[in-house]
Amino acid sequence: MTDAREVLDALDAVRDPELDEPVTSLGFVTSCTMSADGVADVRLRLPTYFCAPNFAWLMVADAYDAVSGVAGVQRAQVVLEDHFASVEINRGVAARAGFVQSFDGLAETELDELRTDFVRKAVLAATDRVCRPLLAAGRTPDELAVLTLGDVPQSQDRERLRARRAELGLPAGDDAPLLVDPLRGEAVGVQALPLHLRRARLTGIGMQANASVCRGMLRERYATVGVGEEEED
Amino acid sequence: MYEKDGEKYFVVDTHMHYWNAAPDNWVEGAEQYAKGWIECFHAYMGLGPPETHWSLEKFYKIDEDTLMKDVFEDGYVDVGIFQPTDLTEWYKEGFNTTEQDAILFEKYPGKFILNTRWDPREGEDGLKTLRHNVERWGCKGVKLYTAEWRQGSRGWKLSDPEAYKYLEACQELGIKNIHAHKGPTIWPLDKDAFDMTDIDHAATDFPGLNFIVEHSGIPRIDDFCYMATQEPNVYAGLSVVVGALMHARPRFFARCMGELLFWVGEDKMTFGADYSIWEPKWQVEGFVDWDYPGEEFSDYPRVTTATKKKILGLNAAKLYDIEVPVEFQLPAEAGAPAAQDAATLVADSGGAKV
Repeated sequence: MTDAREVLDALDAVRDPELDEPVTSLGFVTSCTMSADGVADVRLRLPTYFCAPNFAWLMVADAYDAVSGVAGVQRAQVVLEDHFASVEINRGVAARAGFVQSFDGLAETELDELRTDFVRKAVLAATDRVCRPLLAAGRTPDELAVLTLGDVPQSQDRERLRARRAELGLPAGDDAPLLVDPLRGEAVGVQALPLHLRRARLTGIGMQANASVCRGMLRERYATVGVGEEEED
Repeated sequence: MYEKDGEKYFVVDTHMHYWNAAPDNWVEGAEQYAKGWIECFHAYMGLGPPETHWSLEKFYKIDEDTLMKDVFEDGYVDVGIFQPTDLTEWYKEGFNTTEQDAILFEKYPGKFILNTRWDPREGEDGLKTLRHNVERWGCKGVKLYTAEWRQGSRGWKLSDPEAYKYLEACQELGIKNIHAHKGPTIWPLDKDAFDMTDIDHAATDFPGLNFIVEHSGIPRIDDFCYMATQEPNVYAGLSVVVGALMHARPRFFARCMGELLFWVGEDKMTFGADYSIWEPKWQVEGFVDWDYPGEEFSDYPRVTTATKKKILGLNAAKLYDIEVPVEFQLPAEAGAPAAQDAATLVADSGGAKV
């Protein structure tokens, strides 16, 4: 029989698109249970009542898809609690309606473009995570310009960079350049490289600072620890 | 004023409030939003030092005596700039209106600068109110909250044609400073609500106005920095940056400060305590004592006493023509910014240092 642990494992793959971290480790999962007759029930929470509804939608919808895909789950129930748009989001996701339909008159398109924009940011942030240690170890920007992904020592950060690039359809194999433009996937030339690295660092710091504030707000809002929550690194 | 180690700092809190979010001011039928809003603010307070936290009851509505003591007596502030946020759909008499702030502004001459606000969705009536407020109180700045809900609309953009009419009116009326703040919900909901492209457009088209982006664009500090390097009239308001990060996340605070100093520069950053989300006292004391926590920050611009003096008050004094007593001013040679010219960085990326 499927147990709640497997459902939680599936939720590990659901990320806050803005922070590029799993909803589990961020503490956004209030509870995750599995009934004897195969109903998976997931309750989600966010740092504030007014968190942006578009990102909230993506997390609830992704959680719904991830949980539904677990073998043995007959029915998935994913509920976002304590949010100004809880009703629209929960109802819309459960009915498999789109975002535009669920927010009638308030939205123009589905959220693919928004998600893509933030995966691009995640690529830049991951680039920074991979490159900063190399620079700190004395590699020059000129040297980085000719490295491939496969030249960089294996690490979680490198695999995260690879995965985000693959999501966007950018070159992600070992022979692909380490540094690529997140929009077009072209290698970043030596001339453009210092600015590219600066931007990557800025993006990474912005994202991490944002995640820090979100975690702090969540702790102020709820006294309980989320299921699968992890301290920030 | 604040004095430490023989140095005197002139302090301007560029972003402060005098609000009423008590339950008896909640609009019937919108209680959940009014409650959600103030509880969110209260959670922000939790990111400051524990000894500065208030109960939610105290936080709902601040009284005059407490404000004057926290800001001026204990908080070292020389001049406080009121930034209104109306939210009249959720709060009967508004959350924090210009009129509310004006009570203290009129009662304590010289202590406050009174900014007003506008909302392009109010059309001609709103323009009239704006003119009236400027005539009555001599407002030199406005606070714009683009995510305000109004009659089914969830927000607006500075680049809307209607908003341009108001920006033109600002120029004509002598309003110089546009404090812009993004909130989380805006129409259309499928786009990134915190996107700052509209500020970028407005700043380009209105070079005579200063655009102070509050909270330095958090949570879009990266987009903000990149925009600010390209627009000479865009400033970083440090409210929330100091309050939410300096105590709770000192290393991220250092990184954010380093990035802002690099991309925006110390001449275009202004301190804001965001009272009464946070009291100014610990923020001013902590900021004057602050430096990068270690070697790994060595490639960020250096922070000097002059840097701190500019950020805490001298930059805002320039924006608002506040007279600064001579003992707080910088000697002429201390004026050179520590940050490299980041505008050059964008135009000539090949020459940038990593």
